[in-house]
Amino acid sequence: MHSVQSLLTSITATVALTLSVPNTSWADDPIPVVATFSVLGDMVKRIGGEHISLTTLVGADGDTHVYQPTPQAARVVAEADVLFINGLGFEGWLERLVEAAPFAGSLVVATTGIEPIAFGDHDDHEEGHEEGHEEGHEEGHEEGHEEGHEEGHEEGHEEGHEEATDHHGEHGAFDPHAWHSFTNAIIYANNIAAGLAQVDPTNAGFYYQNHQIFVNEIRALKAEADVIMAALPIDKRTVVTPHDGFGYFADLYNLRFEAPQGLSTESEASAADVAKLILLIRKQEISAVFIESITDNRLMEQIANETGAVIGGKLYSDALSSEDQPASTYLDMMRHNTKTLSQALGD
Amino acid sequence: MIWELVFAPFVEFGFMRRALLGCVAVSFGATPVGVFLMLRRMSLTGDAMAHAILPGAAIGYLISGLSLSAMTIGGLIAGMVVALTSGFVARVTAITEDASLAAFYLISLAVGVLIVSTRGSNVDLLHVLFGSVLALDDAALILLCSFATLSILTLAVLLRPLVLECVDPQFLRSVSRLSAITHFLFLALVVINLVAGFHALGTLMAVGIMILPATAARFWAAGIVGLISVAALIATLSSVIGLLLSFHFSLPSGPAIILVAGIGYIFSLIFGPVGGAIVQALPRQKT
Repeated sequence: MHSVQSLLTSITATVALTLSVPNTSWADDPIPVVATFSVLGDMVKRIGGEHISLTTLVGADGDTHVYQPTPQAARVVAEADVLFINGLGFEGWLERLVEAAPFAGSLVVATTGIEPIAFGDHDDHEEGHEEGHEEGHEEGHEEGHEEGHEEGHEEGHEEGHEEATDHHGEHGAFDPHAWHSFTNAIIYANNIAAGLAQVDPTNAGFYYQNHQIFVNEIRALKAEADVIMAALPIDKRTVVTPHDGFGYFADLYNLRFEAPQGLSTESEASAADVAKLILLIRKQEISAVFIESITDNRLMEQIANETGAVIGGKLYSDALSSEDQPASTYLDMMRHNTKTLSQALGD
Repeated sequence: MIWELVFAPFVEFGFMRRALLGCVAVSFGATPVGVFLMLRRMSLTGDAMAHAILPGAAIGYLISGLSLSAMTIGGLIAGMVVALTSGFVARVTAITEDASLAAFYLISLAVGVLIVSTRGSNVDLLHVLFGSVLALDDAALILLCSFATLSILTLAVLLRPLVLECVDPQFLRSVSRLSAITHFLFLALVVINLVAGFHALGTLMAVGIMILPATAARFWAAGIVGLISVAALIATLSSVIGLLLSFHFSLPSGPAIILVAGIGYIFSLIFGPVGGAIVQALPRQKT
C-alpha cells in the first residue's frame, strides 16, 4: 500500500516540478553531484543512475570522521549542482568546505526526517525491548511536495519510542551513523530522490523509478535480516567493535555494541575502557569481538588475545569496501554485516 | 586498598603488564639519551628528530599497512638520513648544526606530508602514529626491549667520549678523531629510541618520555650517573602512575604518562635540591 502511495507522491512531485521549472535545458548532460562518503554515494548512484555524474569525497575504506578536504574536493563541490551530506555532525569538516568552495547549489541532508538517537542511548538497553525500531517520520520538506510516509512494518514489531522524546533538546549530540537502520535508509533514499528531482525535474520520473526499485530492495533485505536477527539467542547479543558506529543497527535488533573508542574514530582508548571490555568478555557477557574496515585493529586483536575471544569477522560501519571486497554497495554492506554478526552469535 | 589501586590492575590484566613493560623499556632506553641531549643543550633536537621520523614511518605504513617492521625501518631510515645529512652539513659548511637540522627535518616532514596526501591514506595516519601502548603485541614488545638494550649497551661504550663532548667538545676534537663518530652514533641512538618510543606512545609523546625525566633529574643530581639513574626512575614512575591514572580515571594512556612526567618536572623545578626554585631563593651560606 505504501508503495502505491509513494509512487503517487512521486508522480505528483514530478508533474509539479516539471511545470514549475519550465526553462530547464533539455540536453541530457549528466548533472554534477557530490556525495560526502561512500555509503551515501552508493545510494545516490542507485537513484541518479546515468543522469548524474557523481563524485564521492571520502571513498571506499575511507574514514569520514578525520577526512581533510583537498583543493580538488573544493573544486568539485564548487561545480556541483547538488551536494548530498549525511548531517548530524558526521562531516565535521563540511561547513568550512562549503564556505571555502564556495558552493551555490542545493544541499541535501540525507538524515532530514529521521529520528536520531542520542549518543550512548543504545548502551542502556533494557532486556525484553524486543525488536524495537525507530519510525521514520516526515519533517518539513523543501518545495512543499511530500514524500511517502514510511509506515506499516512487518508484523510483530513493537516501536521503540521511549527514548525519542528527551534528546531533541541537545543539538549535535546525535549518533550520525543512521544508515545502519533500514528504515532510515529508505528516508535517505526519499531525500536523495527529492533532491535530484528538484534540481533536474526533467528526469524526475527516472529518479523516482530508481528510488522505488531501491526502496523495494531495502525492504526485501530488511525482511531477510529481520528473520535472521530474530533467530539469535536472547543472551548472546552483546558484541565489541572498535568504534561506536552501530547504534541504529543495535536499536533495530536489540543488540548491544561495546566499543573502546567511542563514537568517533578520533578518540584514543583509555586503559579503563579496555579493562571494562575484557571484564565483560571474561564474564561471558560479550559473545563476539569484531574488527572494522576503517579503524586501527591492533587493540581489538590484543583484547582477543588476552581473553581468548574469537574475532568474529570484519564489519563495515562508516565506509563501503572496494569492489573486490564483500561490502561494495550499501545493500551488500548491510547483508555482510548481518551475516557476519549472525554467524558469530548464532553458533 | 593499595593492592586494589596499584597492583590489582597489573595482576588482573595482561594488557596492563604489556603496556608497563613497553613503557619501562622505553624509559630505560630513552632517558639516558635524553640526559645527554639535555647536557649538550640539544633538548629540542629530540623534537626535531621525532618530526623527521614521522614521514618515514608514514611511508612504511603506506607501503605495507600497519606492519611493525615496515614502519620501524621507514622511521629509522628517515631519522638517520636527517641526522647524518644535517650533522655532515654542519661539519663541512659554515652553518651550525641546529640550523641545518631544522632545515632537514622540515624538508623531511614536508616530503612525508606530501606523500601521505597524494597517496590518500585510508586510515588516518596521525591515528596510527598516536601509538598504542594498550595494544602492544609480542613483536612490538620484543622490538622495544631489544632497542632499549641496544641503546644502553651502545651508550655504555660511548660514555667517556660523550661526557667529554658535553664538557669540552673542542678538547675532544683536538685529541681524538672519535668526536665525529661519537656524535653520529649518539644521533643514531636518538633515532632508535624515538622509533621504539613511537610504537608505544606515538612520535610526539615519545619525545616527552625522553626529555621530561632528564630535565627533571637535573634538579636532583649533579653527576652523570646520578642524572641517568634519577631520570630512569622518574620515567618508570611516570609510566606506572600514568597507566594507573588511565586505568582508574579513564584517560588516554599516552598523554597521561607524559603529563605525569611533566608534573614530575614541575615538582622538581620547585622542590629539587640541586638548583630548584626554593633552594635558589634561600640565602646562600658562605663557605
